[in-house]
Amino acid sequence: MSPVTVQAPPPRPGAIKEEQPYIDPQKKRHTGKRLLGILVFWLVLWVALRGKQTLAVPNADTTSFQDWLTQLKVTFSNMAQTNWFFHGVLGTIADAFNWMVGGLQAHISSTAPGQYLGWFGVLAVAMWIAYAVAGRRSTILVGVVLLLLGLFGTWQTGMDTLIITIVSVLISMIVGVPVGIAMARSRRTSAIVTPILDVMQTMPSFAYLSPVALFFGIGPATSVVLTLIYALPPLVRITEHGLRAVSPNTIEAGRSLGVTRSQLLRQIELPMAKRTIVVGINQSMMAALSMATIAALVNGPGLGQPVVSALQILNVGQASVAGLGIVAIAIMLDRTTTAASERTEKSSSGRVGSVGYPGLSSKVIIERLPRWAHEGAGRGSVGHRLTPAGRRLLLGVLLVPVVIAAVYSTRYLQLAQFPDLSGTPLLKELSGTPLAGHINDFTDALVNAIQGLTNAFKNTITYALLNPLQSLLSNLPWWVMAVVLLATAYVLGGWRPTITTAVCEAVILAVGLWNDTMTTLTMTLVATLLVMIIAVALGVGMGRSRRVDTLIRPFLDTFQTIPAFVYLVPALALFGSSRFTAIVAALMYAVPIATKLVADGIRGVAPTTVEAMRSTGCTRWQMISKVQLPMARESLVLSTNQGLLYVLSMVVIGGMVGGGSLGYLIYQGFSQDNLFGKGLCAGIAITALGIMLDRIARHAAERYGR
Amino acid sequence: MAADHHHTAGYTAYGLIGAPTMRTSDGTPALQVQNLWKVFGPRAERLIGTADLQLSRKELQAKSGHVIGVRDVSFDVSPGEVFVVMGLSGSGKSTLVRLITRLIEPTSGTVVLNGEDITKMNDDSLREIRRKNVSMVFQHFGLLPHRKVIDNVAFGLEVRGEDKGARRNRAQEVVDLVGLQGYENNYPDQLSGGMQQRVGLARALAADPDILMFDEPFSALDPLIRRDMQNEVIRLHEEVGKTMVFITHDLQEALKLGDRILIMRDGAIVQIGRPDEVVGAPADDYVRDFVSEVPKSHVLTLSWVMRPPSGPDEGAGGPTLKDSQIVRDAARTVLEHHGPCRVVDGSGSVVGVVDEQDIMRVVVAEDESPAAANQAAS
Amino acid sequence: MARGSIRLLPVCAAATLALGLSACGGGNINSGGGSASGGAASKCGNFRIAVNPWTGYVADAYVVGYVAKTKLGCNVSYQNVKEQVGWQGMASGSIDTILENWGHADLVKQYITGQKSVQDAGMTGNEGIIGWYIPPWMATKYPDITDWKNLNKYANLFKTSESGSQGQLLDGDPSYVTNDQALVTNLKLNFKVVVGGSEASLIESFRNAEKNKTPLLAYFYEPQWFFSEVKLAKVNLPAYTAGCDADAKKIACDYPPYHLNKLISTKFANGGSSAVGLVKGFTWTNEDQNLVAEYIAKDNMQPEAAAKKWVDANPDKVAAWLK
Ligand SMILES: Nc1ncnc2c1ncn2[C@@H]1O[C@H](COP(=O)(O)OP(=O)(O)O)[C@@H](O)[C@H]1O
Ligand SMILES: [Mg+2]
Repeated sequence: MSPVTVQAPPPRPGAIKEEQPYIDPQKKRHTGKRLLGILVFWLVLWVALRGKQTLAVPNADTTSFQDWLTQLKVTFSNMAQTNWFFHGVLGTIADAFNWMVGGLQAHISSTAPGQYLGWFGVLAVAMWIAYAVAGRRSTILVGVVLLLLGLFGTWQTGMDTLIITIVSVLISMIVGVPVGIAMARSRRTSAIVTPILDVMQTMPSFAYLSPVALFFGIGPATSVVLTLIYALPPLVRITEHGLRAVSPNTIEAGRSLGVTRSQLLRQIELPMAKRTIVVGINQSMMAALSMATIAALVNGPGLGQPVVSALQILNVGQASVAGLGIVAIAIMLDRTTTAASERTEKSSSGRVGSVGYPGLSSKVIIERLPRWAHEGAGRGSVGHRLTPAGRRLLLGVLLVPVVIAAVYSTRYLQLAQFPDLSGTPLLKELSGTPLAGHINDFTDALVNAIQGLTNAFKNTITYALLNPLQSLLSNLPWWVMAVVLLATAYVLGGWRPTITTAVCEAVILAVGLWNDTMTTLTMTLVATLLVMIIAVALGVGMGRSRRVDTLIRPFLDTFQTIPAFVYLVPALALFGSSRFTAIVAALMYAVPIATKLVADGIRGVAPTTVEAMRSTGCTRWQMISKVQLPMARESLVLSTNQGLLYVLSMVVIGGMVGGGSLGYLIYQGFSQDNLFGKGLCAGIAITALGIMLDRIARHAAERYGR
Repeated sequence: MAADHHHTAGYTAYGLIGAPTMRTSDGTPALQVQNLWKVFGPRAERLIGTADLQLSRKELQAKSGHVIGVRDVSFDVSPGEVFVVMGLSGSGKSTLVRLITRLIEPTSGTVVLNGEDITKMNDDSLREIRRKNVSMVFQHFGLLPHRKVIDNVAFGLEVRGEDKGARRNRAQEVVDLVGLQGYENNYPDQLSGGMQQRVGLARALAADPDILMFDEPFSALDPLIRRDMQNEVIRLHEEVGKTMVFITHDLQEALKLGDRILIMRDGAIVQIGRPDEVVGAPADDYVRDFVSEVPKSHVLTLSWVMRPPSGPDEGAGGPTLKDSQIVRDAARTVLEHHGPCRVVDGSGSVVGVVDEQDIMRVVVAEDESPAAANQAAS
Repeated sequence: MARGSIRLLPVCAAATLALGLSACGGGNINSGGGSASGGAASKCGNFRIAVNPWTGYVADAYVVGYVAKTKLGCNVSYQNVKEQVGWQGMASGSIDTILENWGHADLVKQYITGQKSVQDAGMTGNEGIIGWYIPPWMATKYPDITDWKNLNKYANLFKTSESGSQGQLLDGDPSYVTNDQALVTNLKLNFKVVVGGSEASLIESFRNAEKNKTPLLAYFYEPQWFFSEVKLAKVNLPAYTAGCDADAKKIACDYPPYHLNKLISTKFANGGSSAVGLVKGFTWTNEDQNLVAEYIAKDNMQPEAAAKKWVDANPDKVAAWLK
């Protein structure tokens, strides 16, 4: 062991500043050529074997597996009243949920006079809570939103929605945070739970709506369970992420001081992940709200009810008013929790950035909030110069008027039930029914104005894009398409997504819905393409200009939270019942998230780079196409993936307006008991499709996104 | 030790190998590291003893994907010594220091701390060691942003279950010791980098450990602040006299702080020695490159520049100098004397003489190219 | 800042208070509130009516509900559910009655003959018709189009982006059984069945077809409030004869007329509520139902108000139900 054993020559002075890590020699991948090969294979076989072995099945035909599922549900439903598990265990859970919701309803939303807190009391208490946890701006926001709900004539349903949301999110926290902790601590647990979360997030709730109603009864419990299924995954994922993201430096420092596992968790990891977990709660709330309308189909209390009943009579205005109520609640909860989380952060070290890429995660990406929300929250927290004792005193003092308001609200009818303001001159136009009328008039005028154009647009897209692609994907032997998908997965992402793809294909074949799945895939791809075109156009504008951002963002926020049922009718009026209408519905939902992510990416390009490029004298177009878009590539990939998953989550809604295929089958399974099995199978197929696309996209992004 | 011997064999050019000076010498080292290996990668322990480990780091990584973090390292640290580990970024310093308290599990080898073998301990005893015997200061501070300064400092005491009053008192003491008084109730991110690292230092001191370990604690700081902090460490070492293992990639820092310096490269030891040994007798070109920019007169002692007296009377009558005196400090005396001066060792017996020329050779070499300096030196 | 927040909050609170008080006549809740519920509550108790998602049904439910509430003093609640969830609910005891049932042979087998948890409660008096319909302008312009034999002649008119080279037959709400695919095949029609997906999509399609004078052929059904807005014309398929729909694959005849009935849960029927008699006695005509549905859908009346309007105008009929 003389110095000579060190084999590399000594570094030349000044040449190498550190020991170079080993760098994988770059393999040439030939991705383009390989994809071209797949395309040729595909086209040749399509020409040769068109129309054969397509596995197409008529809507009402079922396979024996589907019938078995249907029969299973019948068996369960016969057992539901007696079986120890269904009746005993699930029944008890249902009773507990009903008791919780019922109790809150009695206190908050009930219209029964004389017993409980009236609207005025609720308002005072809610504002006081907002002030305590979030600060002044949130307090005002809460006041405005609650008054608006009353003004819209949706006080009671609005409160019901709020109650279901809060109960579900509370249960999510009780269940989700420990699960997230367990996942962060053990890769194995994480590997087991993650696919379950994937299924919870991608399986359309229509597919299991009626069994849930069967086991949990028709009542609030069912709404809570449905909401829970959707609201839990984001919280679990973000909790896991938050804990994993705790700086390894700090953990190491803790370990060097000899902390035990529980000390590490309680004193280091949880406090440091607290803010991320609050973001998880925020996302959980948003997810919970998005279930409001669907839960209404099984008598779930809340704003979904007026939306659904408005859809029956095609009253866009009425649906919009209730839908705007949901949007208002969403904004209120979102801003309040954000402000609260910013306040819990004593130190400003390290903003919670994007959660990156935590898997199949349509709801997990933490999007940045509109500017004013941040500024507001920031200013709020600067404003809290009060000492803790001073703050406590102020809160205590404020409690007095709150209690007075609460007491009065149980005494006086006008403070108990939200007054009818249709007689008040200024507020009249804003209150529910007149507002609905205005919205109806506006929609009618809009539809009339552009109806001629839209039809031509629809036909262009359908004939030029949708029909050829659909024929290419679904009108050929199933195995050709299966091979094409596998090969694409392999070329883009390597072995791992290929295996996932194979499993997902097997599942789709097993549930007997290959052809419908390919049709759905076609629409998904076309919709995603359109989503990205729009998102890039809008996102670049927003990313480059604050003004454009401020202008567009409220619309994005609205469309992201308003129930789809609200805009189905105008969409039908414009485009008729067609696959394209289904695509339009998906666009409405998916464009906002994709746009926000693109805008974030563009804004994230380092100003120094932009400045340096400007100094080279490049034009605006060159700046966008050669600098900003390429540098925002990671955001673009992320945005595409999210767009895709959001589009998939609208498949069932699409099925209600002419989308056909899987979406229709799921809706049909919900509507006709003897097709339940087939509907469930369609749900499984969508889940498989979603997981397959997500994995391919994710691995491709890992390979090419950087 | 064999390895040591080989590395030190290079600098006999001056014909002198000084025994390392240690502050205390009751015989048992504070820390003893033997044949320590760390290979990153799945089932790395299987590689130990195979020919694969003879491969260079890059070759092994290309072959099996395993990364050698630390390669067969052995050394002793005496009580009260400041032992510096130096090397370029990526040479395995952080890994080495973490192996000592098993923040990273060693692949093979032993670490003996106060006579106890760390590598064989169960989790509970290990935790006790970390709580009581060894503390660490990190490059990126590793502070808890949700706790005030005082609570960060007291964290280690809290973890080991001390009651609030006691740990507050102790924390306050340490806070005063590192010069943080007045900032107790601030949050870490309200402080500058240097102040934050003082918190890290205080946290490590609070537990009153036997050994303090520093992993590039000042690399993230501005040069001026860094100098302050180095002086702070020197001061603290004088005040509390703890054994320290100090990691750095900065030679100046190593020379300034270290009683002895371990130079690492590719995970292995290149040289261990006192600062003047490292500068005066670099083990190989690698080390020579490292030290080439160092003003030698600031580091070397007279024992490095003296020559054997030509006769028993040479230098008699002139001033007598100690062989451990730094060249720069002795220069004035020698230059003013205009003749050879005697150099004596600790016991007072004459070991050599120096004259103007011997001094000038070192000083002039600093202004020349490294290659020329090497020639001039040899 | 802190001072600002203290200043602003009372302003905000005061504004709210002012709003509250301005709306407030000061009336005490115990004197002002509480609607008149008769002392008969004990005899009826809770009465939970399923409300299926079409407006005709909403009319049934709220008229019966209104009568039960005002005349019998029941504590009425409405459960918005789809049909089969309603059946489930009756079996599990969370729903008492379904007031308009369209066949559902599979559910009848499971719950009435099988579990016996649901009972038939007699006819509603409404007759359900299912068939193919066209907007009125077409019936006027092409008088012979209402005969199925001429459909192929006009197939071209019905082409859309969804049906390609064939005419489009728009299918509807997946709640009902449809034989349309078999009909098209067996009657050798040059049409393609395209699924619309929901009642809303059918209605909106017809509305637009009539307004813009575009062709449309679609599956639809009566009674249905929309007929009061647009009087659709029915296409005559080969007449229904008993048993002509025995083999689903070979069907080549029109849909059978549905005699809509009411259902009641066994538990409720045996519970002695005075509402049981009302459910069994309730019966009215398609015109009655359409009228109430029209109040709701066209005139945007609240269902309760629509029910009241009709009940007030038809005391004799209501009295007959309660006998
Ligand atoms: N957990 C790990 N897995 C694989 N390789 C690692 C790991 N930690 C460190 N290494 C590698 O070990 C070598 C030494 O790293 P380190 O001890 O951090 O060096 P230094 O602190 O001297 O900069 C580096 O090449 C680094 O890439
Ligand atoms: Mg390091």
